[in-house]
Amino acid sequence: MPSRVLFRLLWFGACVIGVAFFAASSRAQSEVAEIDLSGRLSAESRWFPRSALFPGQGSHATGFVAIPNLYLEDEAGRILIVTPFFRYDSADARRTHFDLREAYILLSGALGTGEWELRLGIDRVFWGVVESRHLVDIVNQIDLVEHPDEKTRMGQPMAYVTLSSDWGVLELLGMTYHRARTFPGSKGRLRASLIVDDNRVEYESSNGKWHPDFAARYSHTLGLMDFGVSVFDGTAREPTLGLCLDCNGQPGQPGPPALYPTYERIRQFGVDAQWTTGSLLLKLEAIRRTGARNLLSREEDFNAFVLGGEYSFFSLLGSDADLTLFVEWDRDGRGRNATNFYENDLFAALRIMLNDVQGTEMTASVLHDLDRSQRIYGLELARRLSDTWSANLEAIAITNIDESDLYYDLRRDGFVQFSLNYHF
Amino acid sequence: MIFDKLLRPVRGLRAARFTLLAMFVFSGMSLQEASAADQEEEKGLQIARDARNQDEGFGNFTAGMTMVLRNKKGQESLREVRVKVLEAENDGNKSLFVFDQPRDARGTALLIHGHKDRPDDQWLYLPALKRVKRISSSNRSGSFMGSEFTYEDMTVQEVEKFTYRYLRDEPCGDGLDCVVTERVPVEKGSVYRRQVVWRDKAELRVWKVEYFDRKDAHLKTLTLGEYQQYLESYWRAGRMVMINHLTGKSTDLVWTDYRFKTDIDDRDFTRTGLRRVR
Repeated sequence: MPSRVLFRLLWFGACVIGVAFFAASSRAQSEVAEIDLSGRLSAESRWFPRSALFPGQGSHATGFVAIPNLYLEDEAGRILIVTPFFRYDSADARRTHFDLREAYILLSGALGTGEWELRLGIDRVFWGVVESRHLVDIVNQIDLVEHPDEKTRMGQPMAYVTLSSDWGVLELLGMTYHRARTFPGSKGRLRASLIVDDNRVEYESSNGKWHPDFAARYSHTLGLMDFGVSVFDGTAREPTLGLCLDCNGQPGQPGPPALYPTYERIRQFGVDAQWTTGSLLLKLEAIRRTGARNLLSREEDFNAFVLGGEYSFFSLLGSDADLTLFVEWDRDGRGRNATNFYENDLFAALRIMLNDVQGTEMTASVLHDLDRSQRIYGLELARRLSDTWSANLEAIAITNIDESDLYYDLRRDGFVQFSLNYHF
Repeated sequence: MIFDKLLRPVRGLRAARFTLLAMFVFSGMSLQEASAADQEEEKGLQIARDARNQDEGFGNFTAGMTMVLRNKKGQESLREVRVKVLEAENDGNKSLFVFDQPRDARGTALLIHGHKDRPDDQWLYLPALKRVKRISSSNRSGSFMGSEFTYEDMTVQEVEKFTYRYLRDEPCGDGLDCVVTERVPVEKGSVYRRQVVWRDKAELRVWKVEYFDRKDAHLKTLTLGEYQQYLESYWRAGRMVMINHLTGKSTDLVWTDYRFKTDIDDRDFTRTGLRRVR
């Protein structure tokens, strides 16, 4: 679908030009105290060593990423931040996509002994402490085509107020315009046998994607402990996938069976805590979600948690290198009916940071299913090539995946990815 | 573990007292010699206190820091960091480091709440994820951005975190009349066994520091210069050179744009303030 690629590229272009125009005009009015353009351009190549399961899928994909960031501050300390994102992928037209990651106005000021802060527009919010998955983090939708680890997030329109003082930090968010999760297209790897139709998105709420969502979090630091309690009430970020027999086709001429996402109204309570003592960090994230559907498409309220920690050996054997070990236990109360691969898993990782001029970093990890046999191995290497260039190598292997497993269709989708990044 | 960490400085003091007692009772050391050692410690501590008192009341400052990292072969790499420091009244200072160079670390920020009587609190802001992460403050011996400075060298050297000894008088800097003292870190996590510090007698500015590792080998030498006085009170070095004698690597640190008593306040040194840094 080249027209689709073109359309997305045009969107990105229009956005960049718009921002540049805005920046130039506000500079001309000499109100801008500070203006800064930074960002990253990356060339990426993904290679899948094992042959594809489904027709149309290839064994490699190349592409590029552009993520510029504009920062504007006026004399009064008002800040405007715009971060558009664009990816081109040679194999999958759906992975070629544009997203406005951030476009918000940031205001802040003193309030009693503390302060207030307002972010108005599209922003990303991160909540949580653990490494294996982002459980409590719920404000932003997952940009799944970016990476199967579900950690890359899309921009979300919001009004975001933060109040803080000696008593802690209180965040209040009002959101609307629900973002649908991205899914790979027919030519993309890392997908199920059926394509998720992105033209058909259903909502439980009659307001559809305009349903107002609310979230709040209270967090505080007490000595060695950092903790937060959060609540979210609104449209789920995780969809329930239903079978659709008349999707993807022309009128009167239905296409092949597909899946379509439905977003329920849910409520989620979350807790995150970290205890930082010496070289040891102990971490907990836990949620209770009500209103969502399980793998059998039945409504099931559930609890899930991640419990674990990390331990660092600094200046390993008298060298500059640091070694950090991570161990986490992921549990989802729905067990086999969980809609993710963290139903009862042990995550272990080892990270070596050489602390050299190149900032060389190596991480090896395994996600081991305690009930079934599957394991997901990960390896990451990152190194700075110069003051502006860096390179990353990543490999993911999916092994021993059970036929009954939700992710059985991904069994041949282990990959090796190389990226070359230019930072400005 | 936590109590262990908290009690460590106290235990160190107790051990020192015991050693002193042991010296009287067992070593046959004369009372005079012992009190001479006592006096040297007293004098060393007094110099450190005087230096701190001279620097008190600066309120806050902001500055730019440019580091040139040089390896044995002379290859260079650049680091640029913006620094904000806020003086706290009854505790350690608060500092904020925002990285501009290398470009891949741009926008990354490190917030440190220093403490006099316990390990510092540290938070790292990672702009790609918009994540604020509380990190271990045990990483004192680690290299700061790949330079020859460690985190321990970069953070404010609170008087309470060392024991002191006066060594001798000797010229230093540009032929100034100087006093040489030794300081021994109280916290066991330090990579150093001791440091020898040269200060000029007139203004108590540091001109040279020699760092000795745990095996007491001479590891590094820091040379300071291009001092300037701000607000007619506060001296700051414009240039610092750290040479690592074991590896042959060195780091030049140049300070620019020193500004004192700016409009920054506590709000810039909180977890929420950390998310706003650019």
